[in-house]
Amino acid sequence: MYTAASFAAGFVFGLGLLVAGMANPVKVLGFLDLAGAWDPSLALVMAGAVAVGAGAFAFMKKRTRTLLGAPVLLPGARRIDKRLVLGSLVFGVGWGLAGICPGPALVLAGTGSAKGLVFLAAMIVGNLAFEFFEKKKRAASDPAQMQSS
Amino acid sequence: MSIAWNAFTPASALIGGAIIGAAAALFAVLNGRIAGVSGILGGLARPQAGDVSWRIAFVAGLIAAPLAWGLLAALPEIRVDANYFALAAAGLLVGVGTRYGGGCTSGHGVCGVSRLSPRSIAATLAFMAAGFATVYVVRHLIGS
Repeated sequence: MYTAASFAAGFVFGLGLLVAGMANPVKVLGFLDLAGAWDPSLALVMAGAVAVGAGAFAFMKKRTRTLLGAPVLLPGARRIDKRLVLGSLVFGVGWGLAGICPGPALVLAGTGSAKGLVFLAAMIVGNLAFEFFEKKKRAASDPAQMQSS
Repeated sequence: MSIAWNAFTPASALIGGAIIGAAAALFAVLNGRIAGVSGILGGLARPQAGDVSWRIAFVAGLIAAPLAWGLLAALPEIRVDANYFALAAAGLLVGVGTRYGGGCTSGHGVCGVSRLSPRSIAATLAFMAAGFATVYVVRHLIGS
């Protein structure tokens, strides 16, 4: 049930991206191009999504179990640190270069777009690079772990 | 700034946004998680027992959406202008940046803002600012 619900959520998410125009990189860049002929559509995508999402998150706020009985694993961190801001800035540069963020990258891959697949492959390499650096950092802060591995 | 009224699609943007919000709501209410695509996909780079199948299912759902759509109707316009070099660089930056930043447009932008999370609002402001700045540099400083 949990896995099926996960598939359904991903599927509906993908349909929403297609309807909204978020899966069209040219449209995303039209939104990010404030100095050119600006297409404000994506601000409304955000507004529509937040309007619907906010109710559900408010409903879940005090609950410890989901409607399927699974534990609620919503993050509680509130600290704004350098890692959050720098990481998001780097993400934004990549987003601005191609007009593609992670959700649309998967939708584009599903259309069989060669360009979408190249972006997705590079993004996965980026994910793996992050894990590699994180592992190195953990090993450096814990020498015992480094010796054992 | 001039508004591109011919490209502006308020109805499909709002409806599509509401569908995205519904997906995030479904995922929160049933699975108790944030529908953050970068975290869901990125978590597969560090596989842990019992933590893999729901991630693959969500990713498969996203990939299946255009396939199912394509069976029933013509897909909406999708155009990628960036060349392969730019796409590879952009993919790398998105892959690394979203992991350090702990989220992307979905996790921070949709879910986090819906929850009024200060971290997510800060992240969203940061990646939007960087996106605006990058397009400005590429289109109006380099491209002009």
